[in-house]
Amino acid sequence: METLLEVKDLKTYFYTTKGVVKAVDGVSFSLGKGEVMGLAGESGCGKSTTAYSLIRLVPPPGKIVGGKIIFEGKNILELSDEDFRKKYRWKKISMIFQGAMNALNPVYTIGDQLAEVFMLHEGLTKTEAMSKVYELLEMVGIDPKRARSYPHELSGGMKQRVMIAMALALNPPLVIADEPTTALDVVVQAQIMNLLKKLQREKNVSIILITHDLSLIAEIADKVAIMYAGKVVEYGTAEQIYLNPQHPYTQALLRSIPRLRGEISKLEWIPGTPPDLIAPPPGCRFAPRCKFRMDICTKEEPPTIEVEPGHIVSCWLHAKK
Amino acid sequence: MVKLFEPVPDEQTILYVKNLKTWFPLRRGIMDVIKRIPPRYVHAVDGVSFKIQDGDTFGLAGESGCGKTTTGKTVLRLVDPTSGVIGYHPRKRLLDEWAENGYEPPVIDDYGNIDLAKIPPRHLKPLRKEMQMIFQDPYGSLNPRLTIYKILEEPLVIHKIGSTKEERYDIVAKALEAVKLTPPEEFMNRYPHMLSGGQRQRVVIARALILQPKFIVADEPVSMLDVSIRAEILELMMELKNRMGLTYLFITHDLALARYITNKIAIMYLGKIVELGPTRRVLENPQHPYTKALIAAIPDPDPRNRHILRELPIKGEVPSAINIPPGCRFRPRCVVYDNTPKIQKYCEAIEPPLIEVEKDHYVSCWMHGEPEEIIKLLKK
Repeated sequence: METLLEVKDLKTYFYTTKGVVKAVDGVSFSLGKGEVMGLAGESGCGKSTTAYSLIRLVPPPGKIVGGKIIFEGKNILELSDEDFRKKYRWKKISMIFQGAMNALNPVYTIGDQLAEVFMLHEGLTKTEAMSKVYELLEMVGIDPKRARSYPHELSGGMKQRVMIAMALALNPPLVIADEPTTALDVVVQAQIMNLLKKLQREKNVSIILITHDLSLIAEIADKVAIMYAGKVVEYGTAEQIYLNPQHPYTQALLRSIPRLRGEISKLEWIPGTPPDLIAPPPGCRFAPRCKFRMDICTKEEPPTIEVEPGHIVSCWLHAKK
Repeated sequence: MVKLFEPVPDEQTILYVKNLKTWFPLRRGIMDVIKRIPPRYVHAVDGVSFKIQDGDTFGLAGESGCGKTTTGKTVLRLVDPTSGVIGYHPRKRLLDEWAENGYEPPVIDDYGNIDLAKIPPRHLKPLRKEMQMIFQDPYGSLNPRLTIYKILEEPLVIHKIGSTKEERYDIVAKALEAVKLTPPEEFMNRYPHMLSGGQRQRVVIARALILQPKFIVADEPVSMLDVSIRAEILELMMELKNRMGLTYLFITHDLALARYITNKIAIMYLGKIVELGPTRRVLENPQHPYTKALIAAIPDPDPRNRHILRELPIKGEVPSAINIPPGCRFRPRCVVYDNTPKIQKYCEAIEPPLIEVEKDHYVSCWMHGEPEEIIKLLKK
């Protein structure tokens, strides 16, 4: 498979008055064309910041301070802001933002908002753009007549469909979906996931799905990266992560999910709280909460080990072997 | 012989609700009044009946806007019911306190249950010591300007528990210990923003339990927390339940979670219960088309799912609770209705009651039982 995106040792820090928050601290992964990757982790683990870094929209006081984002063979961190905006953002990499409810402008109709994408990026006239808008709405399962509706006239699920339409408007090869279904009910969530799956197959678009919900990632992702405190602790194919998790954090996360089907086993939890990213603990960042903690874990950062082809774990338990 | 659901109390019943309705009036403009347009209502809770036995963890599940939170709040009289009965079995200490105040509560059956719906607002205060609520959002339900000590002391002061400061200090310390915020001294002087989400939710639980209630409405107590710590809070709640002899009305939108902690469950749709029964039976053998759709929609952590599209046996979207469709309110979204012409006339005309499909398992759908027979029973 052709590689579309390669992230190497990405570092995004926030320079706050209290100190430097290392929100993303050396994240690496790669994504093939037409592949879907899930990026999972608890709140505050840096998964959204990773997403905003990919589209170069990290809000101040945040800054990308290191690493490479190689997209279609080119390091997009070397481009000027203006070049990136004109050539990449939305044309090549677009995003479905978290909380569709608030991401739409309340004083414009959804048709106007969708048309703007074509008018700005492709220089179409309003009439030309509107005919494209109708096609887009049709594609995401909304009656094109709704183009004249304002966001408040639509349900949450429909607003999310509009957000998806907007992200796919220019046929970008990569779409980042940041918690696309939070605040939606399960039935609507399942409809939105079905829509994403269908469009992903039709257009062969690559998707990075960011969510804390591992069940949702299993619905669509070919690859999974598990983040903890600014770092990727485990990375592999969906089968490797779900059926053969190797990092104690991944294992505990999977055992903390209540399941609707099958045996009821006792739910587990991870004691403690994630570390403060201004002064993360030395050694492995998960060590204070880990039940397999050894001496070395609190002293030295664990190496990344390939336990089987394509399955990478960052844990001392595997370094011994 | 068909059997319809009827909340009949017995010795073990702690709370039962009969045909409870909570409607919120919509604001009327001056033109509405002049044109004599009748007032309109949001039918948040629209004829709900259920029964909770002592020691139950009774789940109330459904999508947002189905009326589950309003039901919980109405049961506690935090919201006033429009009509219906809320039968509750009071402890002696509550009856004593009311007697002291010269109030005689309305007893409605042979088991000494009283109708909470009829208690005038000025006599509600003693009830707060019996029934409490755990709120959903630990980031919004704690006053940011009070220390944890002040937050927990406040109910004691209001209800005049602990005559001296020292006594109250001890009670607060014990409450913090009970929710495993130890050592308590370390947490008392902190403000909510200095705690993590999980710790805050422990404070919310401690506050609900500090008056030693016996009935708790827990409104999505873990939905705002990270998945990795939810189980810890739930286990704490179950441990406290056993230790203090509590009964929970557990409101949740997460059926998988409900499966782990509730023993009975009611599925709500648009202000009404559509399916009711022991949790395992309802979730393993769902009978209402809505319950089936909800269950089909829940993702599970199985990577094989990515190769298939989920089949969702439901159409359209939830209608507004202002104009409830006539007949069965689920009909506009129901696929069973579409495929079963012989029941359509009933679905269109009459709201189906809760009909027994197996022991203690009730479903509100015309697919079950003989419609004519049920209509006769309803007329009686």
